[in-house]
Amino acid sequence: MSTQPKSEPLSDNLAEMRHIFKTFNPGTVSEISLFQDFGLSLRRGSFTVVVGSNGSGKTTLLNILCGSIAPDSGEVIIDGRESSRFSECHHAKLIGRVFQNPAAGTCPKLTVLENLALADNKGKCFGLSRGISKKQIDFYRSQLELLKLGLENKLNLPVANLSGGQRQALALLICSMTPISLLILDEHTAALDPKSSETIMELTDRFVREKHLTALMVTHNLKYAANFGDRLLMMHRGNIVFDVCGNKKASVGIRDLTEKFDEISIEDGNSV
Amino acid sequence: MDIFLGLFNNVLTEGFIYAIMAVGVYVTYAVMNFPDLSVDGTFPLGACVTGALILNGVNPWVACLVSFLCGAAAGCVTGLLHVKLHITDLLSGILVMTALTSINLVVTGGTSMVAYFSKPTIFNYGLGAALSAAAGSWGPALLALICCAVVKLAIDLYLKTKSGLLLRAAGDNPQYVISLGKDPGNMNILGLMIGNGCAALAGSILSQQSGSANVWSGTGMVVMALASVIIGTSLFGRAKIIRPTLAAVFGTIIYKACLVAAMQLGLPTNYLKLLMAILLTIALVANNMAPVAGRRKKQDVNPTQI
Repeated sequence: MSTQPKSEPLSDNLAEMRHIFKTFNPGTVSEISLFQDFGLSLRRGSFTVVVGSNGSGKTTLLNILCGSIAPDSGEVIIDGRESSRFSECHHAKLIGRVFQNPAAGTCPKLTVLENLALADNKGKCFGLSRGISKKQIDFYRSQLELLKLGLENKLNLPVANLSGGQRQALALLICSMTPISLLILDEHTAALDPKSSETIMELTDRFVREKHLTALMVTHNLKYAANFGDRLLMMHRGNIVFDVCGNKKASVGIRDLTEKFDEISIEDGNSV
Repeated sequence: MDIFLGLFNNVLTEGFIYAIMAVGVYVTYAVMNFPDLSVDGTFPLGACVTGALILNGVNPWVACLVSFLCGAAAGCVTGLLHVKLHITDLLSGILVMTALTSINLVVTGGTSMVAYFSKPTIFNYGLGAALSAAAGSWGPALLALICCAVVKLAIDLYLKTKSGLLLRAAGDNPQYVISLGKDPGNMNILGLMIGNGCAALAGSILSQQSGSANVWSGTGMVVMALASVIIGTSLFGRAKIIRPTLAAVFGTIIYKACLVAAMQLGLPTNYLKLLMAILLTIALVANNMAPVAGRRKKQDVNPTQI
């Protein structure tokens, strides 16, 4: 099993998962043993793209990293801190996550301004001071201008009135507003139309580079997988079956990926 | 004409008092998306605590404050049952409502009715007395208006604070609150404390207005408060100038006026609770049929479906 990527100096790694075991529905007929001694480390400042078929463990990987579900055993280390025992709230202080559903990353009834003000206050005290500080409004406006979607003119509109693409862009901005260690993108373009999805992807790439974020993106879009990021992982049944980075990653084309994917699927078809 | 003015006066006085509860229920029901039945118990809790305190010579304004705190404590229990022990929202409310019946009887010393007609209340002492001297029979309505306005403005101001924004976010999208590194359950408890505190305060003021506290005065309060909030938001929700809390106040006045009108048209008092239930049903159905319910879009969670 070649799940353990080549060893790197520890301090270079922002997030590490070591010896992760996870079995779903243990002791029942539907028992699925997904991760067996799974390991992954993410280098600081890297942009890792994960592809894989349904049920290959991509989402479980993200959920364990975010603390939404606990592994049966093994440890998760984020920014040098062992964090598998933290609650999801604790993880949230280190991790920003953009979900597939554009409704998940924002509050629909609150206005754009109120959403941003909440995000801006992450990690600070939510007391009885004024919710939206007047001094910050110009800063919010300048941040929205970065999105180039005209949101800077819709500050007082409830987020429910925005389009899916606009909401996802806002969610991305909200995630990266306060300093975070790790940005997690969970098929965040899957629910958008091709045009918006393109916009969001370019925006994501720009944000990761400009804000020097460490990012982990799960996607079903092989074109994005080939074109974005500096490391590519392909997952199959809880294992990493393909792992390239740097120049090698750059030379991977969408055709290679499709072939790789077919190999896996055929293998899967034969064995079932 | 005099009879009409008298009725109008009564509608305003009681309407403004019940509106304090409606503003609280607006927080739990519309903001937090929590159908809170414990209000049926916290409303008489406020009345009973006030009765017991005033009979023992406590300042009536202090009695109001203590009532609010007792209501908030009861709301806290509802929240803890729901958030920490994972009991469903409706059942948590029912449990607290039932338990409060006993608590209320303990507070009143075992009697279901406490009368304190001759004691000082906020209506016949200090500010209340001054208003009555100035405005005659309209004094109580004015005092009720002032109390209602203070509570409404306080809630409005609170909802604009950082904590208030977080409270609204917790009702809107709990996942968002988690991603901010905060526990939405705590905000749920806080919202219930505010809502039930307001209900108990309304119970306290209404009891002072009548000079007596009744253990059984809580029946139908949830229905009344919900109807007020729903009537208010469906009629005035679309007007941008009117805040939802003000809409809830208007809703209460309209609701109270409907009840008084029905009584005047000869409906026997026994049918009052039936009429209250029917009015809420009409409000819910009308609200569901409207293309845009309040300011909410249809695709969002519809809070009218309890």
